Amino acid sequence: MPVSVANSQVVYDAMKGVGITLLSALPETWLVHLIRLADEDPTMTLVRLAKEEEGVGVSAGAHFAGAKSAMLLQNHGFLQAINGIVGVSLLYKIPLLMLITDRGSFGEKDPWQTEGGKYTRPVLDALHIAHDDLRRPDEVQPKIAHAMTLAQASLSPVALLLQRDLMWEEPE
Amino acid sequence: MKRLDCLKAIYPRLEGCAVVTIMGAVAAELYSLGHRANFFYLEHAMGLASSVGLGIALAQPNRKVVVIDGDGSVLMNLGGLTTLARSRPNNLVHLIFDNETLLSVGGGAPGGYKWFTTATATGTDLAEIARAAGFPRSLMVRELGDFEEAALDAINGDQLSCIVAKVDAEMPKSFLIDVHMLENRFEFPRALQTKGGVI
Repeated sequence: MPVSVANSQVVYDAMKGVGITLLSALPETWLVHLIRLADEDPTMTLVRLAKEEEGVGVSAGAHFAGAKSAMLLQNHGFLQAINGIVGVSLLYKIPLLMLITDRGSFGEKDPWQTEGGKYTRPVLDALHIAHDDLRRPDEVQPKIAHAMTLAQASLSPVALLLQRDLMWEEPE
Repeated sequence: MKRLDCLKAIYPRLEGCAVVTIMGAVAAELYSLGHRANFFYLEHAMGLASSVGLGIALAQPNRKVVVIDGDGSVLMNLGGLTTLARSRPNNLVHLIFDNETLLSVGGGAPGGYKWFTTATATGTDLAEIARAAGFPRSLMVRELGDFEEAALDAINGDQLSCIVAKVDAEMPKSFLIDVHMLENRFEFPRALQTKGGVI
């Protein structure tokens, strides 16, 4: 599978580096190694969700209990979680770090991924959720650190969009 | 069986627990018994109270977490029961008041009239669903004495438990909660994280 093992490790190490001890996730192709790394790490709590909206609640609970967490999801998972993001994170001012694999952009071969990708940024913008792209391995650590800092300071959701250049190794 | 009587029966035992309730009647009636800093009322996001409880339970494994839910909310997040079951935190108790109606969002009326019932009114059994989802302990109770015994046993125990309590579809005397959502949002983690606090 041409998902980048090396860059998944860079993303994982950066999450650990900012003190994340709990990850909630649903799989998607680009996330397989990240989820595997979390599963193999005895110091990480991995919550395997049935649907992404639950993860918003789980992260809120972790925050209340004093733990840092993040959600791993995909465009459609983000769209699925909107009610939780509005009704928990935004309404109650709770930090939420989301790492969203950004499918459906240039280079997307799967027709079924092309619609969700179109709406991810407009919906983030409509909710005034700060977001940035992760495209190169050298920007991963600083951007994850900055995203976590902003989430904690603003008590808000923050999103990082994992890009094809970072997560996929096969030349298109 | 009345929801308020059930809450009265367990209220003294909630001290030191992280308590997460759903919106509406459950929150208002627990509040009416006396607010505490370790009570969090999730006034929106129906279905996610148990998810919030799961996050607390995993991050503070030595803290007992009591989620006080309702049939309408649970039915909006049935998958969440499977996530709880597979995560299996032994410090979480999931209490579900089942009045067979969407009472607090307009499905009920004074006098117990149900004009928008949930599927539990037509045969859906949430205790059986939780058991089949993988909860190691799940039961339904219909009498106050049975509720008190089962709920206290679960809170004092060491096992992920679900207790479904069939209750009247009765409005609370008041929906007033004189603690602002944000005040509640900030005092709750402070209570959970303060050494020598409510634990």
